[in-house]
Amino acid sequence: MASVIWFVIRLRNLFAVAMLSGLYSLLAAALFVQLDAVDVAFTEAAVGAGIATVLTLGALALTTSREAIPQHVPLLPIFIVLIVGAALVYGSLDMPLYGDPSAPAHLHVAPRYIAESMNETGVPNMVTAVLASYRGYDTLGEVTVIFTAGVGVLVLLGVAANLAATGGQDRDK
Amino acid sequence: MTHFMILRVVAKLLIPFILLYAFYVQFHGDFGPGGGFQAGVIFAVAFILYALLYGVDVATRVVPDWVTRWGLALGLLIFAGTGMAGLLHGGAYLNYSVLRDDPITGQHLGILLIEFGVGLTVACAMITIFFAFARRPR
Repeated sequence: MASVIWFVIRLRNLFAVAMLSGLYSLLAAALFVQLDAVDVAFTEAAVGAGIATVLTLGALALTTSREAIPQHVPLLPIFIVLIVGAALVYGSLDMPLYGDPSAPAHLHVAPRYIAESMNETGVPNMVTAVLASYRGYDTLGEVTVIFTAGVGVLVLLGVAANLAATGGQDRDK
Repeated sequence: MTHFMILRVVAKLLIPFILLYAFYVQFHGDFGPGGGFQAGVIFAVAFILYALLYGVDVATRVVPDWVTRWGLALGLLIFAGTGMAGLLHGGAYLNYSVLRDDPITGQHLGILLIEFGVGLTVACAMITIFFAFARRPR
C-alpha cells in the first residue's frame, strides 16, 4: 500500500493515478478481510475500487489527463499537513491496542449486541442487525447523505447537460 | 465502435450475473456479508458497464431519467416511511418490532423494507451521478 501511495504522489498521468487509487482501495479491502470485517471490505471493494474509480475516470474524460506541474514549492501546505499528521499520531498513542477486550468500545453496547441481537432481531448477521435495526437512525442519515449527493450532482450537472443538449434554448423560458 | 466487439459480448454475458449477484447481496444481507449499500452499488455497476460500452444514450433508453430520479427519492421515502409505520403502530420511530404481532417477524419485515429502500436510493444515486458526468459535452 505504501508503494502505491508513493506512485500516486509521483505520477503525473492522472489515468494511472485513478487506477492506482482503485488498486489502493482493493488492497484496503484485503486488509479489512484480514481484520475479519467482511462487510466493510465488501463496501470498500464495491465503492472504493469500483464506483469511485469509474467516476474519477468519467471526470478525467471531461478534463485533462495530465497533472500540471506546480509553479511554486508548497511549503505552507506541507507544514500544515505535517503538524496535523503529528497531532493525529500523538492522539492515537492513547488508544487501546487492536483487539484489546477491555477497550471502551467493547464494553459499552457491544456485549449486549453480541448476546441479544439474535434473540431480538432474528438476523444471523450481527452487522446487518446493528446497521438496520439498532442503528437504523444513523443508516437513515447515511441514505439521506447519498440522496443529497445525487440531487446535488443532478442540480449542478444534470440541468447544464440538458441546456447544452437543447442548444441553450431553455434559457429564455 | 465495432472494435469493442469482444468487450461488448463479454459484458452482455456478464450483466445478467451482475444483476443477479446484486439481488443476492441485497436479500442475503441478513445472513452473510452485504446489504442495501453494497447491493445498490453492484446493481448500478451493471448499468454503468452497459453505458460505458454502448453509450449513455442507449443506456438512457434502458433506464430513463425519470426512473432514477423517482427511485432516488422513493428509496429514502420507503426508509422514512418504515420508521413512520413503527410510530403509527404505537412504537418508537424506526422500531420494527411493532410492525407485526411477533417482534422477530416485525424486525425481519422492517429490515427487509429499509434495506430495499437503501438499495434503491444508492443504485439510483450512482446511476444518476455517472450519467450526469458522462452526458456532459466535451
